[in-house]
Amino acid sequence: MDLAEFLGPFFEESFEMIDHMEGDLLALEAGGAADAERIHSIFRVAHSVKGGAATLGLGEVAEYTHLLETLLDAIREGQRPMTEATVKALLGAVDVMRDLLLAARDARPANEAAKQQSLALLKQLMNGEAEPAMPESGTAPLPAMQATEDVAESDVPGSEATPATPVAPSAPPAQTAAPHRPLGPGWRIYYNPRQTLGTGGAEPLFILREVRSLGEVEVRLLDDALPRVEDLNPRQEYLAWEIIVHGDIPREAVEEIFAWVMDQAEVTIEPLPMSLSDEEGGSAQPAEAVDQPDSDVPPQAEPAFEAEVQDWPLEEAPEQAPAPSPAAAEAISPPALATPATTPPKEAAAPVSGSGRAAAKEGGSIRVGIEKVDAIIDLVGELVITQSMLGQFSEEVERDGFHIGMLQRLRDGLAQLERNTRELQENVMRIRMLPISVAFNRFPRMVHDVARQLGKEVELQIVGEHTELDKTVLEKIGDPLVHLVRNALDHGLEPPEVRRAQGKPEVGKLILQAYHKGGSIVIEIIDDGRGIDKERVLAKARERGLIGAEENLPEERIYDLIFLPGFSTAEKVSDLSGRGVGMDVVKSNIQALGGSLEVKSEQGRGTRIILRLPLTLSIMDGQLIVVGGQIFVLPLLSIVESLQLNPNNLARVAGRAEVYKLRDQYIPVIRLHEIFRLPQGQASERPLLVIVEGDGVQVGLMIDDLLGQQQVVIKSLETHFRKVEGLSGSTILGDGTVALILDIGGIFQLGRRLEGRRGGLA
Amino acid sequence: MNALRPDVSTPGGVRGDVLQYLSFILHGQEYAVDILRVQEIREWGPTTPIPNSAGFVRGVMNLRGSVVPVVDLRLRLGLPEVTYGAQTVVIVLRVLSPERDRIMGVVVDAVAEVHDLAPQAILPPPEVTAQGLEGFVLGLVDSKGQLLTILDFDRLLDTSLMLVDAAGPVSS
Repeated sequence: MDLAEFLGPFFEESFEMIDHMEGDLLALEAGGAADAERIHSIFRVAHSVKGGAATLGLGEVAEYTHLLETLLDAIREGQRPMTEATVKALLGAVDVMRDLLLAARDARPANEAAKQQSLALLKQLMNGEAEPAMPESGTAPLPAMQATEDVAESDVPGSEATPATPVAPSAPPAQTAAPHRPLGPGWRIYYNPRQTLGTGGAEPLFILREVRSLGEVEVRLLDDALPRVEDLNPRQEYLAWEIIVHGDIPREAVEEIFAWVMDQAEVTIEPLPMSLSDEEGGSAQPAEAVDQPDSDVPPQAEPAFEAEVQDWPLEEAPEQAPAPSPAAAEAISPPALATPATTPPKEAAAPVSGSGRAAAKEGGSIRVGIEKVDAIIDLVGELVITQSMLGQFSEEVERDGFHIGMLQRLRDGLAQLERNTRELQENVMRIRMLPISVAFNRFPRMVHDVARQLGKEVELQIVGEHTELDKTVLEKIGDPLVHLVRNALDHGLEPPEVRRAQGKPEVGKLILQAYHKGGSIVIEIIDDGRGIDKERVLAKARERGLIGAEENLPEERIYDLIFLPGFSTAEKVSDLSGRGVGMDVVKSNIQALGGSLEVKSEQGRGTRIILRLPLTLSIMDGQLIVVGGQIFVLPLLSIVESLQLNPNNLARVAGRAEVYKLRDQYIPVIRLHEIFRLPQGQASERPLLVIVEGDGVQVGLMIDDLLGQQQVVIKSLETHFRKVEGLSGSTILGDGTVALILDIGGIFQLGRRLEGRRGGLA
Repeated sequence: MNALRPDVSTPGGVRGDVLQYLSFILHGQEYAVDILRVQEIREWGPTTPIPNSAGFVRGVMNLRGSVVPVVDLRLRLGLPEVTYGAQTVVIVLRVLSPERDRIMGVVVDAVAEVHDLAPQAILPPPEVTAQGLEGFVLGLVDSKGQLLTILDFDRLLDTSLMLVDAAGPVSS
């Protein structure tokens, strides 16, 4: 049997389960009850992934998850406590599992260093070591250093008696977690800023960027010094970096970069060994490794890890996974070793693993609940019945001729056909609908990691994660959402001491909320941070010449400024949100999906960003309108009201913008035939005004006539033509002709530009 | 179905060392296009105009569910406009561009015939071409005493030239 066809579903399912596991762990970390059900559910993930991996011949994954499963089993049985350290280690394990699976899926080497580190940690926990999460003990002597034969005699997992002290003193601990040995030419740099945030003025990120300009770099974040949350001093920098630069670079070039932080930070620069044999020092604990270079590392030191994993007695070896014997394990280890030596690991401690996962989710298949499929089968059945009814009817007409009494039957039949078709369409669309939790799932972990990195305390609340939307939309909102959330964490929420000083709770609140409204899905990102400083935004906009020096804008327009290209409050640029991808990209991404973005903010109280997106990209409720003798489709959702235009209520402001007085309000008017350069229709002696809303702004569109409303299937104009300003696409009407769909946002912009032109001519 | 298929004895456009070209008439002149690019030939039917598009863009049509732009080749080449008649046809072509392959229709006065041409019979375009044709000619052929101009539709139907600035000066 060819197992390859099961790989795809296995990966998809595994990633999904791991997401769940991560969610459970984060809940535990946030103080959730470590009840049996939750622990069991975490256990089940490891168990299922292991079973699947073993069946499909993914040895590395099976091996790793087996250890994880054993530990979780012990916890489940109450033999081990679920401590904070355990949760932290398990979160690390989640990353490793993902990496291993991605590596297997994409046929690329896994991040060996991270795996070894995690394995060491897990084993430590299994052996009942206290608090491996303590800063110093994170890389403490590990059982992994034991020679293989020692392990064979060691105790079963879960036994408290097992000593975790290394038996092989010849291999110093520092080497254990880093089988990766990059070779020269190049430099290995250890950089610990050792500073208090905000006092030193040396932004580590800038340094890292500088180094990157030298050549190909590998950066590893060393976060072992991070204390537990309650011991964390938010002003203290706990992070250090190990940077490996490849290339023939003069030492001075490297030193120059660190020159002005040298006095404060701890920096060591050493050449990369030119070959394995003359290599010195390890990379796991550069602080020590660099200060006191270790003796040569026997290359055999590493296989211990590989072999040992498999040596754990397989108490409940699954039927489908034959347990590899120690001998076999030893036999396969050396080739496995060859991989890490030649391939650089990706950032071992990268805080967010989103990108890899996002890629996984872009996969081309959907898992559909059986009830959705059944509903479609039922509908197809009904459709067949309607078809045969209409077929019978036509035979009857052929035989007996048509008489007027039959008309009603024909109408009934057609009505039934229409209903069937619509239901079928809705149900088929429903197949493509997925809960937004697919996009939201990454955030608990991301918020957790980013907040920690920033020294902020954040409580994330997710509301409405079961809200469904089209898979294509879902896939495309991931990145904009990540950007907005990072922005909120970075710029929105204040550090705890600032919050305290302002009488706010120290823990900042971030809410992700999704709900349906009409035919749209609304996603809100709400924080209770400092809000947007309108004055600063205005000042910045004036400085950049985006608005006139004296120009004053209404509040909404001020917030719109932050979405303009080139608008960035530069002094705030940081590792997280200032990386070139501006809010303008977020906005254009959302608009490309046919959505809109609105910002509400209150200084000192927080910011609320509201995204409105269509549920699906392929079908829309449309209002057919006539302009200049041509039929266009207006998205029904954008229409506020339509009215007969009273010419007395039309006025021109300063000879430029045309406005219409509607009740107590003046609404800008756009003559559609003007911006589309169409002939004015004959019916335009009595034109209609359709009030539409987009981006929170209301505008009246002057049109010739309103026709019916209908659902339209959206066809892109870009497939065979290109993007046309003011149009979002096209559709095919009942008579086979093409009608163009109006893009409200684009029309507003066109209108504004036309207004400007008119002003220029005047 | 109002589409007529080109009469091609051997599908695929290549017969031995011979290349096949579909020729059509435009303002009394015969032009040709690589038959492998031709998808079908249709009678002219009404199109939906696209706002703020160049004058030679007739609009879009429904080609069995695909929305496909239609270009008037006379106007594209700066030839005088004529009213469409019974002979007027739309040649549906595959147009290649760096971004993607597109399907487009071009309106011509009439289709003429399918020519079998030896590659060596196709001469490179002269340095100086007729006005309006600069850069659009792939080659010239003398077929049975008649001059055939082979057009480069990938350049003629470059979509970046098909829209005008909506807020730009109004052309009457």
